[in-house]
Amino acid sequence: MTKSELIARLAERLAERNSQLVNKDAELAVKTILDAMASSLAKGQRIEIRGFGSFDLNYRPPRVGRNPKSGSSVSVPEKYVPHFKAGKELRERVDLSLSLRDEG
Amino acid sequence: MTLTKAELADLLFDKVGLNKREAKDMVETFFEEIRQALEAGDTVKLSGFGNFQLRDKPQRPGRNPKTGEEIPITARRVVTFHASQKLKGMVEQYHANKQG
Repeated sequence: MTKSELIARLAERLAERNSQLVNKDAELAVKTILDAMASSLAKGQRIEIRGFGSFDLNYRPPRVGRNPKSGSSVSVPEKYVPHFKAGKELRERVDLSLSLRDEG
Repeated sequence: MTLTKAELADLLFDKVGLNKREAKDMVETFFEEIRQALEAGDTVKLSGFGNFQLRDKPQRPGRNPKTGEEIPITARRVVTFHASQKLKGMVEQYHANKQG
């Protein structure tokens, strides 16, 4: 599922619920949510979505790496990388979908 | 400070002009659609943010740390997230600036 498919599915759900909202609203909402999540992490602020999961930053200490082409060593500075941990509901639903499929 | 569904709904109210109920519903449905796609075995690719993928892990031997008894850890499917280059760049940039 891509971002545009997600927008289309959201718009479909809204229509089912007789919402006044249209495709354009779903598009702007998806953009706003993803922008807010990205800037939150960029500020070092974690994200916690109950039933979905949490996003944190993991620290990577500085290290000496190698340029794979020339073989020369380069120092790689310390950095932070985004990390996602699935929440209980997501973890259980995804795992259950696997066991249900195996039985079926 | 943590970003939660409540703050995201507030943003949709302030910036997108949804009413409070619509905003709350939109945020809930956003995450539910992603959960459903993953549940259906689908990868979720959100350009500029990152990809949610599924990994099937085979059964492996485990041990009860208390009793030392051997019990197999059953095969399972897990969700992994890979941040986009853009998101990784934003995070690195911020911390580089903070230190520089």
